[in-house]
Amino acid sequence: MSDLKDQGTAINLLSCAKTFAGGVQALEPLDLEIAGGETVVLLGPSGCGKTTTLRIIAGLEEPDPGGRVMFGDDDVTRLPIEKRKIGMVFQSYALFPNMTVRENIAYGLMVRRMPKPDIDRRVGEMLEMMHIGDLEFRRIDQLSGGQCQRVALARAIAVQPRVLLLDEPLTALDAILRTRLRVEIDQLLRRLGITAVYVTHDQGEAMSLGDRIVVMSRGRVEQIGTPRDIYYKPNNDFVAEFIGTINRLRGIARGDHVEVAGASLPWSANRSGGEVEILFRPENVTISNLKSAHLKGNVVTSFFQGDRTKLILDGLGERQVIIETTDRVEFIAGQEIGFRIDPDSMIILNT
Amino acid sequence: MDRHEYRNLVILVLPTGIFCVAFFLLPMARLVLIGASGERGIAAYLDIVTTPRHFESLIATLVLSITVTATALVVATISGLFLERNRFKGRGVLISMLTFPLAFPGVVIGFMVIMLAGRQGLIGIVSKALTGDKIVFAYSMAGLFVGYMYFSIPRVILTIMAAAEKMNPALEEAARSLGAPQWRIILDVILPALKPGLIASGAICFATSMGAFGTAFTLATNIDVLPMTIYTEFTLNANIAGAATLSIVLGLITWAALYIARNLSGSNVAAAG
Ligand SMILES: Nc1ncnc2c1ncn2[C@@H]1O[C@H](COP(=O)(O)OP(=O)(O)OP(=O)(O)O)[C@@H](O)[C@H]1O
Ligand SMILES: [Mg+2]
Repeated sequence: MSDLKDQGTAINLLSCAKTFAGGVQALEPLDLEIAGGETVVLLGPSGCGKTTTLRIIAGLEEPDPGGRVMFGDDDVTRLPIEKRKIGMVFQSYALFPNMTVRENIAYGLMVRRMPKPDIDRRVGEMLEMMHIGDLEFRRIDQLSGGQCQRVALARAIAVQPRVLLLDEPLTALDAILRTRLRVEIDQLLRRLGITAVYVTHDQGEAMSLGDRIVVMSRGRVEQIGTPRDIYYKPNNDFVAEFIGTINRLRGIARGDHVEVAGASLPWSANRSGGEVEILFRPENVTISNLKSAHLKGNVVTSFFQGDRTKLILDGLGERQVIIETTDRVEFIAGQEIGFRIDPDSMIILNT
Repeated sequence: MDRHEYRNLVILVLPTGIFCVAFFLLPMARLVLIGASGERGIAAYLDIVTTPRHFESLIATLVLSITVTATALVVATISGLFLERNRFKGRGVLISMLTFPLAFPGVVIGFMVIMLAGRQGLIGIVSKALTGDKIVFAYSMAGLFVGYMYFSIPRVILTIMAAAEKMNPALEEAARSLGAPQWRIILDVILPALKPGLIASGAICFATSMGAFGTAFTLATNIDVLPMTIYTEFTLNANIAGAATLSIVLGLITWAALYIARNLSGSNVAAAG
């Protein structure tokens, strides 16, 4: 199936804004460069403009005047979706209910007037690739959600699109299936080497699938970066809060340390004066004896999760602090414990 | 099923059974018998084919009903889709006005056709002023056609709009993303989605047109549709057996149309009007 391999088309959005009738600005001017073959995930809470961005790339919405959409060197801003040679996977699958699995997959090829033997061969390849060979002649209403999603994927890539656009393709599935299909989609995208834009509000999905993640909120891009960048070096409050669990404590910078909750933390930035906010993730702490601890808190609750224990602490400021430990120790409510924060993983935002 | 359950079932079915026998089976059986009561017995049913006047009337009614149904489906599908997909000022008023014709009896509709295309009708006056020729077609099949369209179109439009509203817009977008041009989308996505509605409302249009009497009676004179022929045979010619055979045939055709539609669309289709 070497003919499936494709270098992928680069996508370039140039100040694409979108204002809907009635004056709702769903998207502020957005610039986004996606390299050929790259998988970019649009991530953000409901209503932040992910679908709108995807639909602008697809050609289902036109950007406000001034915005341009480039596929490689082609300006496709004015090109309707049917001419853009994209593949699209919808959250609701959008399979044609009046056709069989086979007819659904063959549809794009038939519309392109591909000769019958070629269609048969290509559909056969798709059925095999998505492991749905035995469903070939089923009607759509006889499929499970996961099977529907495989058919939808097969239909979208059968036509060998220049880019693949996926709008929350796994949201309607149960957790186990979601994880399994996530792995399959990941392998598929790598194998095809196709440029893909994937919309989701699930950060786990975003982290595992994306070469890069675009975090959005309220029609704005908050940060673009690799999953590691986004997780370890959030640009701002929103990204820090949105991705994973994070603790925040107020402090005052004093040279090589920061004063927090009556204790002092080592700090590499070496800057004095002014209020700062210390952010750290639950997994970046180690429980230590009270004497050598950076910080101390009282256990409110502990959740044993098998591989680790999650502790909720108070006594460290207005908000409770969440930490995780792999220690095989039982913690009891009310107990005072101390912990150290890995200095390299601390994130400090100026306030 | 034990005896007790069986008795319960009988009690439950009884009202429907009585209704069925009293209002449907008995009169129908009587009608069938009357139809076969002439000297020639059951062979009288062949008369509908051999009596030219009856046969022509049957064919004319069929042609009229099929034409009305087909035209109404085309016109109403286009307008129904347009109304569902476009928001404009006065849309709500327009849609509620569309249900107006459903409230009128056939007589009123016949009356309105005469006002439009009769001897003193609007079309006559305008065409006389423009060309000197007075166009009058109210009292012919064309008049009947206009009248039947008048009450058929609203039924179909309302059904189509309901079906179009339930359609998943992502289906069309999916077809477009696969490169389908507009005509293919209509053929492969929109019409299949509307099919149950089209069959159901088409069957009702057909059945209503086959049996409509009031409009024909108002326009009268030289239109021989089946209900008119039955009326003439029954009241003027006192040919009760003939009227009965025609009634049974009319009933069978309409029933068959509804039965086929019900099987095709899988949903409930009932005769109305
Ligand atoms: N056709 C439209 N007309 C008017 N406003 C719209 C339209 N489509 C989207 N919006 C608005 O634009 C904003 C962004 O919508 P969008 O669908 O892109 O969000 P999203 O990030 O995909 O959210 P979700 O995760 O809920 O799907 C929302 O406030 C939404 O109400
Ligand atoms: Mg969305």
